[in-house]
Amino acid sequence: MKKATTLRSRHPLPVLATAVALVFLYFPILVLVLNSFNASRYGASWEGWSMRWYELLFSARSRDIWEALQRSLVIGVAASAVSMVLGTMAAWALNRYRTRLQKAHFGLIYLPIVAPDILMGISLAIFFVTLDVERNIGAITVAHITFCISYVALAVLARLQDFDGSVVDAARDLGANRWQTIVRVVVPLLAPGILAGGLLAFTLSIDDFVITFFVKGVGSDTLPLKIYSMTKHTKEMPVINALSTLLLTFTFAVVWWVQRLSRARAVA
Amino acid sequence: MGNPRRQPNPERRNEWWTTLPSAGWLLVFFAVPTLLIVVMSFKPAGPYGGFGEGWSLKAWADMAHPSYPAIVWRTVWLSVAATIVCVGLGLPVGFLLGRADEKTRALLLLLVVVPFWTNFLIRVYAWKVLLHPSGYLRETLVGLGIIGENTLLLYNEGAVLLVMVYAYLPFAILPIYASAEKFDFALLDAARDLGASSIRAFWLVFVPGVGRGVLAAVVMVLIPALGSYIIPDIVGGPAGEMVGNKIAQRVFIDRNWPHAAALATLLMIVTLLPVIFAFVQQKRESVPDGSRKGGGKATA
Repeated sequence: MKKATTLRSRHPLPVLATAVALVFLYFPILVLVLNSFNASRYGASWEGWSMRWYELLFSARSRDIWEALQRSLVIGVAASAVSMVLGTMAAWALNRYRTRLQKAHFGLIYLPIVAPDILMGISLAIFFVTLDVERNIGAITVAHITFCISYVALAVLARLQDFDGSVVDAARDLGANRWQTIVRVVVPLLAPGILAGGLLAFTLSIDDFVITFFVKGVGSDTLPLKIYSMTKHTKEMPVINALSTLLLTFTFAVVWWVQRLSRARAVA
Repeated sequence: MGNPRRQPNPERRNEWWTTLPSAGWLLVFFAVPTLLIVVMSFKPAGPYGGFGEGWSLKAWADMAHPSYPAIVWRTVWLSVAATIVCVGLGLPVGFLLGRADEKTRALLLLLVVVPFWTNFLIRVYAWKVLLHPSGYLRETLVGLGIIGENTLLLYNEGAVLLVMVYAYLPFAILPIYASAEKFDFALLDAARDLGASSIRAFWLVFVPGVGRGVLAAVVMVLIPALGSYIIPDIVGGPAGEMVGNKIAQRVFIDRNWPHAAALATLLMIVTLLPVIFAFVQQKRESVPDGSRKGGGKATA
């Protein structure tokens, strides 16, 4: 209702600013997609349509790109699974108890979100080296879990705000033991928050460059690290364009699918 | 919630069992390593990299070398400038999002969020291609006579600022939108009826009305900007280096850990200031204003 009153005389500035922002956000991505079909190696001029970069991407010469992607997926799944468990427990404690312990707990959850990546990266790197821990895929996963827990905790905490605590008491009164209450009542009710948090954790893990860059040892490149080393070698630039275009298409497809799914559910 | 605040045994034990996993993990892998950095900055550098025995203030004394204050200053001004531009652009966009109808809003939000799901590195790299000496953008600008034949778009502070704004703009739009959604737009009409121009009404009524969102936007942009590493590394070159790049050089090139640790501690202090400021500001505001927290985190 409050929106109907503002229909008269709209200033063009907000529309203009939004248009500028969107063009700004999409322009480089658009050029990148176009360049992935550009026969030219340097993308400076248009030399006709070509699929050669895609062919190169799927040839044996690009095998390490796919190995890096696989490594990224394994780390992403492991990190989001562990952080979903730890983050959900954290959110539960933060929501249920109002003690001094929880104040400190909240600080521990909140600080990793505001700390710049590079600080977390260098401190974990020095920590691992000091303890003489082998900096392999396991160390990278530990690092990823560390920055993912907080995001899951906050997502579940948001869901807990309108969680009715009395259902837990009801379940217990009806004879469910603690484990049954958790598995059959609490987790299903919190599932949307846990999944949203897990999805965010997975995205952050797949996207992370800086922390992995500092933590990793020799030879365990994740996809972002592989892309980084490719950007340093001009010769391989167009292959990145092709890979990015495929990843973009995939992202758009997933987003579109999720949108459709949630719309279908809203109708049903 | 039905449970009493202080029940001695079982509740207390449950609390510990649910708190311990996350708190323990973050203590070991976040708090301890962070403190380790501060301690490390007071160690002497090792002869073959790493760190040596005993204690030393050398790493901190080295911070006085003229190149460091210049880099810290560049880091701060570039981050503040990026924050101002992002919030400046985020305000009108948040305004539009706040009063658009349901359908338009969903579409616009999606358009703002989708670039988030593209690899950060790839987005930064896309700008490198665009700004490249032989890229379209420079050719077009030279062709139009806007820039000279010898102007370089890449490897300077301007390029770093541009790409920072690009990368962090959604971080400014989302919290401002979250506040604008709760803003009563009828207030703007009231201001107009009382004779304020649209611009004045926007500035004096809307902007203070979404103050909480603006504050969240400032923190969300300023902090990652201060810790930037990839952006100056890819588009900045030596003329656009920031503190993050210096930390990486100390770690990877000379393996001088105490030096890297001192730089990291410095960065930690600089980034903590806006967090503390925002925290104090929010505490002060939360007393008269009964509304819920702004929910500004980028959980979209």
